[in-house]
Amino acid sequence: MLTQIVTFLIFFAVIGCILYGRRLIKTEKIDAVFGNPERALGGTHWVIVGSSFLLLVWLYYSWDIAKGFYPKSANELCQVAKVNDSLLGLKYQFPIEERELKSTSQIKQENKNLKKITIEIQNSNELDSQQKTILVDFITKTNQLIPLLTNEDLLENETKQRIDDITGKINLLTENFQKSDYPFETELEFNERLKAVSEEGGWGITKVDAGSGTIENTIEVPLIPATNRGLKFHVAAQELNLISDEFFQLRNHNPEFKKRIKELKDDIKAYRNDLSDSEEVASTYAKNIVKIARRIEFASIYPPNALDKMQNAIVQFDNAQIKAQGGLRFIDIFLFPAGTIVASGPSCSEQGSGRWLPKPSDTFNKFILMSKPSVGYKDIPLLWINMVDVSKIIGFILPDWIADILPGEYPVHTKDGIVKQNFKGKVLKFVTGDFKLFKIPVPYGHIWDSFLRVFLGLIFGILIGVPLGLFMGLNRFAKGFFDPLIELYRPVPPLAWAPLIISVLGIDNTGKVFLLFMVSLSIMIISARAGASGTQLSKIHAAHSLGASKKQILRYVIFPNSLPEILTGIRVAVGMCWGTLVAAEFLAGTTGIGFVENVAKKYFQYEVIWITIFIMGMLGLLFDVTLRKIIDKTIPWRGKG
Amino acid sequence: MSDLISQNLNMIFKTPKGETVHALKDLNFTLKKGELLTVLGPSGCGKTTLLNITAGFIRPTSGTITLNKKEIDGPGVERGMVFQQGALFEWLTVAENVNFGLRMKKEDPIKTQKKVDEWLEIVGLQGFGNTPTYQLSGGMQQRVALARCLINDPDLILMDEPLGALDALTREKMQSLVLKIWKETGKTIILITHSVEEALLLGERLYVMAPRPGRIHKEYNLPFASMGLKQDLREIKKNKDFSSTREEILEMIWNMEEEIMGKDI
Repeated sequence: MLTQIVTFLIFFAVIGCILYGRRLIKTEKIDAVFGNPERALGGTHWVIVGSSFLLLVWLYYSWDIAKGFYPKSANELCQVAKVNDSLLGLKYQFPIEERELKSTSQIKQENKNLKKITIEIQNSNELDSQQKTILVDFITKTNQLIPLLTNEDLLENETKQRIDDITGKINLLTENFQKSDYPFETELEFNERLKAVSEEGGWGITKVDAGSGTIENTIEVPLIPATNRGLKFHVAAQELNLISDEFFQLRNHNPEFKKRIKELKDDIKAYRNDLSDSEEVASTYAKNIVKIARRIEFASIYPPNALDKMQNAIVQFDNAQIKAQGGLRFIDIFLFPAGTIVASGPSCSEQGSGRWLPKPSDTFNKFILMSKPSVGYKDIPLLWINMVDVSKIIGFILPDWIADILPGEYPVHTKDGIVKQNFKGKVLKFVTGDFKLFKIPVPYGHIWDSFLRVFLGLIFGILIGVPLGLFMGLNRFAKGFFDPLIELYRPVPPLAWAPLIISVLGIDNTGKVFLLFMVSLSIMIISARAGASGTQLSKIHAAHSLGASKKQILRYVIFPNSLPEILTGIRVAVGMCWGTLVAAEFLAGTTGIGFVENVAKKYFQYEVIWITIFIMGMLGLLFDVTLRKIIDKTIPWRGKG
Repeated sequence: MSDLISQNLNMIFKTPKGETVHALKDLNFTLKKGELLTVLGPSGCGKTTLLNITAGFIRPTSGTITLNKKEIDGPGVERGMVFQQGALFEWLTVAENVNFGLRMKKEDPIKTQKKVDEWLEIVGLQGFGNTPTYQLSGGMQQRVALARCLINDPDLILMDEPLGALDALTREKMQSLVLKIWKETGKTIILITHSVEEALLLGERLYVMAPRPGRIHKEYNLPFASMGLKQDLREIKKNKDFSSTREEILEMIWNMEEEIMGKDI
């Protein structure tokens, strides 16, 4: 429903914007000459067209338009695929999609093989003339088997009868197939089928696993026929499977052929048994000749016109089923670009761009599903709050040794078995958080974890990097002393450190925060240093003349003067940290948005992968926009001083 | 009493190439309290070096310079400085810039605010207290710099080409302002300038310095500054004495420049 509305909206938006653009050009006051940069200004309407176009391409190539407008088409095309698959074996026997009759091409092939083997035998140096004669005789006899199969006079009546039977069955199926009430389903069958359909779920549906609460993979295309047209194809496909099995069990072996091939096999067997170990070459040739004879035996070779009626019947059924597809064929051609469902055969999966490019509607639904705290991903919500007692936080922050260093002893139980609390014991209770106060909401979940890691890494980087950087910009000792350290680790790509740091500090937060700290530290040092060394000497002179102390100059002159560089550094550091974090979460971890993507990759959950990509993009954008706002607010003088 | 006395002041720099530059040689002068000294000279004659030594930013190679009989050793509040570009703290507002010195001394904020208002009125910036500094024009920025320096009540004010970056009209207004402040506060002022006219107009005394080595070439005692307190500056410029002195000094500086650069034109 939503997809349909969006599709129409896109069409109207594009047309409206193009018309607006035309009118704007006519009424514009600027110089309408090529090369005037003013002609590139503005143009929100083209932004709308551009994003609409992008969305439309996404909707179209993910087959969401097909799903929105013809939600049942996938299921029906899947049934068509079943019929095509069943029909394929029979069709290959005839010059319907092939160039020649299967019998003809097999005879050609085996004749060629026999000729090749004859030439090889005659030119062989390892065979004596006697062996050559015997082997060529075998070949001649094998060759003589073919006419026994293709002679119409030798065709047995029983075989004729069975071919006619199969033809009759196909004709009957064609006749029934064209009837509107085919297949003749009872009400019970109908209800059972509908129940199975609703249990299976629709195209692109995602279910939540009842046991663990995790989301399952999306159903690409439902298998069970949901519509009457689909059912028709489904049942026809089943019947065709039976017919084609029957045909392939049929052998055109008349008594004369059976006798001759048995003789040949026995002769060759006897000949091979008599051969000594040194005559292995002759034995191999004999074995190859038997192989060809057996291929002829099982090749379904028939006299030239024996299967004409059957061919007609198959063509008639094919025409009937194509006719019954009706508009479905056009939907398949136009609304399933870059692939099709029919190609998947009876497995009913999306073959093409619809597979790896998730439908916007599916992605949206899955996102809503994953956003629910009860579902989340891998039992952890994306972003949710936990009510945590303040005491737990106090217990976490305050170290336990505060109680240990107090004078006195912890309470000991009396002989009555009663423990009397004293001051030291009470303090221990307080610092370990063993009390109840009131609860405050604390966020948690994948997004929060990723955010917190970036935030902590960045904060530590700023707290240490900025003072150190300022110091390095002002002091020869500090610059000389710390420069080698920083220049040694900074040029290494952060991810190169990741395996080492994660192995040493663990896959949880500590390792990642430290990695991000390393990333942000070098950036903050460099930017703070640039800021400090960029301070105009006259400002420092002025501050000195105004009676400021060293500390005051650092705090009130050098620091604010470096602020633009520091804030720009923070902006760069956030981007770097964000990129490094996601990659680090790929490597190892149990939570975080990068972890979600990595797991989704393992299960081919394309929607989840796209959702995580989207979340990462949005969070990155959010960071950048927030920082840009902060920068504009805190350093309005930048570039104007 | 509060005289600035320089005795055998020498300043020798070493350039990165290893050459020795004698920026100041055997400078001896005395500036009495309340005098306005302007210093002129071609570039490289050590004007700014002299000012930086007086401010205490650099130490002389030899010789001493004393203010109120105390040797100058490092920067201090008793010597205020006004820079060519103002050197304002652009992250602060006008008022915050002006009260910077008092804030650093942690003086009473209410008294400070009163002083700031007074000084902003004197320099003609009343009502601009909360304006961010980066929004001010060049002339206004120099007014703030003046106020910032004067609010600390220094004994000596050092001005390093304070009006050099201003347009002609603003410059004239600022010249009157400097004279007005000089008269009202009675401060000792050393003003460095490139403009001969400005040096003549503002200087009660005028040193023309010569380069290589930097030394005082000629000293003038001028009447124009006290005239400028009473009448229009433009009128003074028409004065005959004024023009003859100006021509004389211009000739002097021109010759010095030619000595350095050679007669190339």
